[in-house]
Amino acid sequence: MEVETEQGETGKSVMCVLTDPEGTTLGGTMYLPQNVGPIQLQQIVNTLLKNEEKLPYAFYISNQELLVPLGNYLEKNKVSMEKTLSIVYQPQAVFRIRPVNRCSATIAGHTEAVLSVAFSPDGRQLASGSGDTTVRLWDLNTQTPMFTCTGHKNWVLCIAWSPDGKHLVSGSKSGELQCWDPQTGKPAGNPLTGHKKWITGISWEPVHLNAPCRRFVSASKDGDARIWDISLKKCVICLSGHTLAVTCVKWGGDGVIYTGSQDCTIKVWETSQGKLIRELKGHGHWVNSLALSTEYILRTGAFDHTGKQYSSPEEMKKVALERYNKMKGNAPERLVSGSDDFTMFLWEPAVSKHHKVRMTGHQQLVNHVYFSPDGQWVASASFDKSVKLWNGTTGEFVAAFRGHVGPVYQISWSADSRLLLSGSKDSTLKVTPRNFISFAPFLAFKDN
Amino acid sequence: PQGDYIELHRKRHGYRHDFFEKKRKKEARQVHERSAKAQKALGIKGKMIAKKNYAEKALMKKTLAMHEESSTRRKVDDEVQDGAIPAYLMDRENTTRAKVLSNTIKQKRKEKAGKWEVPIPKLFDFLSFDLQVRPVAEDEMFKVIRSGKRKTKQWKRMVTKCTFVGPGFTRKPPKYERFIRPSGLRFTKAHVTHPELKCTFNLDIIEVKKNPNGPMYTSLGVMTKGTIIEVNVSELGLVTPAGKVVWGKDPLTIQA
Repeated sequence: MEVETEQGETGKSVMCVLTDPEGTTLGGTMYLPQNVGPIQLQQIVNTLLKNEEKLPYAFYISNQELLVPLGNYLEKNKVSMEKTLSIVYQPQAVFRIRPVNRCSATIAGHTEAVLSVAFSPDGRQLASGSGDTTVRLWDLNTQTPMFTCTGHKNWVLCIAWSPDGKHLVSGSKSGELQCWDPQTGKPAGNPLTGHKKWITGISWEPVHLNAPCRRFVSASKDGDARIWDISLKKCVICLSGHTLAVTCVKWGGDGVIYTGSQDCTIKVWETSQGKLIRELKGHGHWVNSLALSTEYILRTGAFDHTGKQYSSPEEMKKVALERYNKMKGNAPERLVSGSDDFTMFLWEPAVSKHHKVRMTGHQQLVNHVYFSPDGQWVASASFDKSVKLWNGTTGEFVAAFRGHVGPVYQISWSADSRLLLSGSKDSTLKVTPRNFISFAPFLAFKDN
Repeated sequence: PQGDYIELHRKRHGYRHDFFEKKRKKEARQVHERSAKAQKALGIKGKMIAKKNYAEKALMKKTLAMHEESSTRRKVDDEVQDGAIPAYLMDRENTTRAKVLSNTIKQKRKEKAGKWEVPIPKLFDFLSFDLQVRPVAEDEMFKVIRSGKRKTKQWKRMVTKCTFVGPGFTRKPPKYERFIRPSGLRFTKAHVTHPELKCTFNLDIIEVKKNPNGPMYTSLGVMTKGTIIEVNVSELGLVTPAGKVVWGKDPLTIQA
């Protein structure tokens, strides 16, 4: 395939080398004319990688995105032409999510505040847990309620779908977990008791490790995390070790469980016997939130934007494993933890028990950290009213978004990693396109 | 007691033979004497004693209730409470800045005002919001200032109520000034009480919007009962339903 290049007027060219996010170079150094822009660079990358379909890429020079032809960029930043310019390319999602402009529907039903929401992994159903002790399932096509699941005795704090979409588990303030059948809305058995205080988080075992999905782990304020088996309907292992409440729990793609706690440590557990593998120390105050680089893949399992349905668990497992390996690449899984001590740490738990990068910059506690679905970026929401964007592999600070006037509570990425949504105590939600710092504030919801 | 001669005497010679009994009986009598004093005291003194006794009674009731609570073993609270919060907000006290501000202000006020606190009945009942705005008479609002060499000219007036003039205000030349607004009665901040949050903030005044007594008073910036003023609420971090940040609000002056 011929690479199209345009001849510049004076023929001024720059010496560049294309590198991928991990650092390996693609092709050798080449002379590129100055009016080469991102589109031409995309063609070059596609050819060098011998991609059959043209995939979109984004290009970065020293962490800043390249949007204009090389010549303009060089002039603006006064980069010397003697050194080889290294351009990092990153694959982008093939599909593009439209930014939402207005609230498409307000579905009434809950009589108290809605405390947790979760989309099913195939994106067809929505479940929400609320302070009125019910879990409600909603139909997204007609925007009406489908089922109301009663059975909890107190506020429903957490809710999680199994990655194969067949089970829904919710945890409440009284420490009980209840499983529901999402097709009928009926409880699937008695509530699972064992925890003595409220549930702070639920995470399922990834489908590529075990299909059909059977096990999930729940974290509670009483300091333990318990692994439950949904077919046996009992707790199989209890992971105790934390001295204070466990604030966050995630089941990693390698088959280990990460728990972050108020006792300032993160413990890594092995899942067959419940033994502690590692303890990640370093934070000075409560660990509020954990995020894994492969989180999106683990949560959605085998489903992706094509909307394909799978019939057998083995097929799902195979497809999920493929997706997981593709996402992970050669690098070990990365973990980011956000804490009350205003900093975040980037860890590679499989490699070492010391943190890789310490991400400072927030002026108040970090409430929520979230990796983008493609694992390239990390966003952090803090009580200092700002949302900060960091590089997902190196942990370098990229940008800060300061639009909110109240503490920012939660963030979420769009599935193509292009849009970042942040929700704050000032009752507004702000959508930010990842590329530039200006953003469109919109939509205020009263009471969450 | 200055010096240690009492202690030394006690160590050398011991106590009187009836010392401890007298002490015990005197203390036992204190209860009755205290009660007699409280019942017989008249006037302001009686009121102060009553207030002190009531405070002690309330405190005692609270400590008793506290002790009673801990003796019975109660299981997990089964009632579903209001004000549901998500898991990441549990364990956080989350007092808003508003509460913190008002708390510190109230603390300061308590420390200062404790000395001068006297149980005098309040003249105005804030709960019954019958804000009857009676018109303020001119001789109540203005004081006549005599001027001139023989102090016979009486065309100047001085305002006797609080006013707001705004930054960048310069007086007219004194020779031509009919209305004098004394700087001692000029205010830049107002105590604004949020009716729902039930806390009071000290906010900057932006301007006086309307004085019910007439446009002349509005233009002078006089603030009497029933005046509508605009204050700067940007530090509260309020947001309109449209998502814009609110920076000015119009409270009603109840007490000037």
